[in-house]
Amino acid sequence: MLIDCPYCGERLSEEFTILGDATKQRPAGSGASDIDAWYDYVFIRDNPKGRHREYWQHTGGCRAWLVVERDTLTHQVYAVTPARDASA
Amino acid sequence: MTSRRLAQGGLIDRSRPIRFTFDHKSFAGLAGDTLASALLANGRMLMARSFKYHRPRGVVTAGASEPNALMEIGERGRRDANSRATMVELYDGLFAVSQNRWPSLAFDLGAVNGLAASIFVAGFYYKTFMWPKSFWEKVYEPLIRRAAGLGRASHEPDPDAYEKAYAHCDVLVIGSGPAGLMAALAAGRAGARVILADEGSRLGGSLLAEREEIAGDSGFAFVAATLAELEALPNVTLMPRTTVFGWFDGNVFGALERVNKHVAVPPAHEPVERYWRIIAKQAVMATGAEERPLVFGGNDKPGVMQASAIRAYVNRYAVTPGARAVVFTNNSSGYRTARDVLAAGIDVAAIIDARDGGTETHAAGVPLIADAVVTRVVGRERITGVNVLKGGATTADRIEADFVAMSGGWNPVIHLSCHKGDKPVWDAERACFLPPPSTPGLIPVGAAAGALTLSQCLKDGSAAGARAAGLAGFKATSIAVPETRDDEPYSIRPLWHVRQSTAKAFVDFQNDVTLEDIPLAAREGFNSIELVKRFTTSGMGTDQGKLSNINASGILAEATGRTVPEIGTTTFRPFYTPVSFGALTGAFRATHYQPVRKTPLHEWCEEMGAVFMEAGLWLRSAWFPKPGEDWRAAATREVMAVRQSVGICDVSTLGKIDLQGPDATALLNRLYCNGFSTLQPGKARYGLMLREDGFLFDDGTVSHLASGHYFITTTTANAGRVMSHIEFCHQALWPELDVQYVSVTDQWAQIAVAGPNARRVLERVIAEDLADAAFPYLGAQAVTVAGGIPARLFRISFSGELAYELSVPADHGNHVARLLMSEGSGFGIVPYGVEALSIMRIEKGHVAGGELNGTTTPEDLGLGRMVSRNKDFIGRMMGEREALKAGNRDVLVGVKPVEPDHQLRAGAHLLTRGAVASLDNDQGYVTSVAWSPMLRQWIGLALLKRGRERHGEIVQVYDDLRNSRMLVEVTHPCFYDRENLKLHG
Repeated sequence: MLIDCPYCGERLSEEFTILGDATKQRPAGSGASDIDAWYDYVFIRDNPKGRHREYWQHTGGCRAWLVVERDTLTHQVYAVTPARDASA
Repeated sequence: MTSRRLAQGGLIDRSRPIRFTFDHKSFAGLAGDTLASALLANGRMLMARSFKYHRPRGVVTAGASEPNALMEIGERGRRDANSRATMVELYDGLFAVSQNRWPSLAFDLGAVNGLAASIFVAGFYYKTFMWPKSFWEKVYEPLIRRAAGLGRASHEPDPDAYEKAYAHCDVLVIGSGPAGLMAALAAGRAGARVILADEGSRLGGSLLAEREEIAGDSGFAFVAATLAELEALPNVTLMPRTTVFGWFDGNVFGALERVNKHVAVPPAHEPVERYWRIIAKQAVMATGAEERPLVFGGNDKPGVMQASAIRAYVNRYAVTPGARAVVFTNNSSGYRTARDVLAAGIDVAAIIDARDGGTETHAAGVPLIADAVVTRVVGRERITGVNVLKGGATTADRIEADFVAMSGGWNPVIHLSCHKGDKPVWDAERACFLPPPSTPGLIPVGAAAGALTLSQCLKDGSAAGARAAGLAGFKATSIAVPETRDDEPYSIRPLWHVRQSTAKAFVDFQNDVTLEDIPLAAREGFNSIELVKRFTTSGMGTDQGKLSNINASGILAEATGRTVPEIGTTTFRPFYTPVSFGALTGAFRATHYQPVRKTPLHEWCEEMGAVFMEAGLWLRSAWFPKPGEDWRAAATREVMAVRQSVGICDVSTLGKIDLQGPDATALLNRLYCNGFSTLQPGKARYGLMLREDGFLFDDGTVSHLASGHYFITTTTANAGRVMSHIEFCHQALWPELDVQYVSVTDQWAQIAVAGPNARRVLERVIAEDLADAAFPYLGAQAVTVAGGIPARLFRISFSGELAYELSVPADHGNHVARLLMSEGSGFGIVPYGVEALSIMRIEKGHVAGGELNGTTTPEDLGLGRMVSRNKDFIGRMMGEREALKAGNRDVLVGVKPVEPDHQLRAGAHLLTRGAVASLDNDQGYVTSVAWSPMLRQWIGLALLKRGRERHGEIVQVYDDLRNSRMLVEVTHPCFYDRENLKLHG
């Protein structure tokens, strides 16, 4: 699989390390009533077949954290965005 | 033996004879031969014994799909088992041995299996070898192990080298037959970077095996001319002997190049094989088609071969398998073999056509028997003839012949196009599977796409090459296609098996799967092609069913009243043909299996006689033995010396991160569970990092060097993970924070200086005031070493002694270590290693990796007071969960064997005294152990349920893995200097 790093260009996926689902939002609140949102954020993951956004780090290159949109079935990569821009 | 070499023709070089041995007998061949063609030339038909029934077998094909003629090539560390004789290029001194037979190929005792064939049908082992139960381990399994397998792997190290490489191109053309050559030419002329790869020893594909006429000249001449132009194009790379074995995501292709398999010993500094990853913008799949065998009685006898293979032997290698041929075919292409064999001066007894009446021209004088089938091949050592049954007849006629050409039709070699999981498509007219309709990045063309005439292949190849180059961004047009002799349109009538067969008819030659096995599988309920494959083992051999899979689908369709497309095919997976472990390994063998990381003090450690241990990729000095000392004696002496006077230890492997910026303090407060707002410049503080789920992640120290400038350390094991974590937190969670950070693990050498005389030694090399008032416990300041080396000194202690860590730029590490040793010699300074380091921290109850094992919280380890209540940090929310706050958790204690000579082992479990060992009674486990020089016995740290309430209790330690049980006293985790007097010395 090839990932097009915005800083380094198209590189083989072996240069990257995957973290996982990038669609989960870290809950803003930290009160007792927020515990369910935290439980969801820390533990609950969908396992979609198809297009999905994931965090990958270019550990073997520029070390940027990236959000990669790829199809989990065909591994086609549709978009690669720096994580700092994706969360904005 | 009779010579079967034809007097004329062929691409072999008659001026270069070659000598080789097979089964310890010497034979002669010619340059250009394969091992198979050379054996045939010598009249040697018997080449192997089949896997299950040990039937005598000969070669069936002339190429990569060979199921029978598997041999061991080479000796000792170079022995390559299950090598296909059809793919072994002959060289002087080649050493080949047949497989799976004892005592010899000619007389194989294993053939007795064939007598019990009715017991050894498919799946027999699911119903046998069950009784009595004890016999499985003692009798059946050892016997089966000896009988199983084909070739023998070598147990000696492989002396050859292997390489791995990458290549990039605009157009990868896979296959160099007519379609592939034209595609490479069209793309190459358009200026695209082209790689043309072919598994054969020469480029040319089927044009090397057939008698074609192209542009008024021979097919051989067309190949030569085309290759000459391709070789001259600087943007074209030719890769013969290279099998493209897999199509992967991102249009990445795996390929195996047999760099030096065609010589006895590779030239110095060259690999024997090279494993390629080729990243292609576009690819053209011109892999050709594989001829199907027919399934009829005795079709596995030596001398029964693919009709196209016989053409290859006759036309390319100038070899005939025998003196008199019979052609059995269900399609038009079988007739070509009759023509080519006749043209070589060999008799053709008859063409037996299963169709009602072909319109193909055939040589006059060769009887054509239409609407007929061969029911049996007859003969023992050699074929003597075939039995032919005409449509409507009740008895068969005998026709004399000594070799049989069979043609059941053509299967496009579609494997690569299906590697991504798409299914092929059945074509009823050609009775074959075609590539999936959509294969972005890969263009199937030629016979691989179902074009079964030469003119179509040339034309389509040109168009495909132009299209591929166009998609890759080049202006390309189809190139002129040369004229060919008129070739006949292809016609076929499927014949999946001859039901009137009067002897065993084989579907899968390599795994001895016969015609009856498939309906048997269906009757047992295994009636999908995937289940039939596993039940019968059809398609599971080293040939992966190249000759058997489609026939099996056809037979299963007929047996279950379905159509072939309804049955479908089994899943196509890489590798197309076997790839050696050597090629997969490349240069990553033995000590080169993974990189070695040496600390900046490695040289000094070696000088001091260190014994090293592996900690991840690092080599860490573990102990520094004096002559006659084992590890325990050395580590004990080192601990005593440090606690009594002074020692130095290389702690450079711990992760080091430099963090700067206006928001650095804010980031630290979010990363660690304890606070850093009150940490003054010039001071260090122990820090605990949690995971988002509330469990401990890592511990380290944070030193405040100057305003907005911090220096962080991590454990050795987690250095990379903590760095990635910090980067993630900043970039993904809080990009608004104004901070910068970088790993400086390799930039600084870090030396622990510990013991009552530590300060005195350091004062001799450091200019700054190190008195307790000027440099108190947890001080962190820049200093100068030896009058000029800029360094940092941290007064932190893992050992519990008066201790410092001196950080110098990495290049100065060895020098500073030597300097400390010489300045400390008056104090009896010693080097100490990881073992002594561990012993001392366990004596002090300091937690490390064994306790920070991913299942413990700060409270579990007695560090609950470090968890801040005034700020938010990673892990705070989930750390509040009930279960993490429960009162009955396993918490940190010390354990001390009641009998002082008992040896504790980490991992042992704890039970209440008198309790029976069971999961329900499990009370925890020992996390770290050491033989303590200070207590003169083994001690340990452990996690014990409600441990803090149980100090003084005697509990059991249970370790049946290592046969150990003992009683221990539960204690406070700190065994030595509980008041920390030495720390503040």
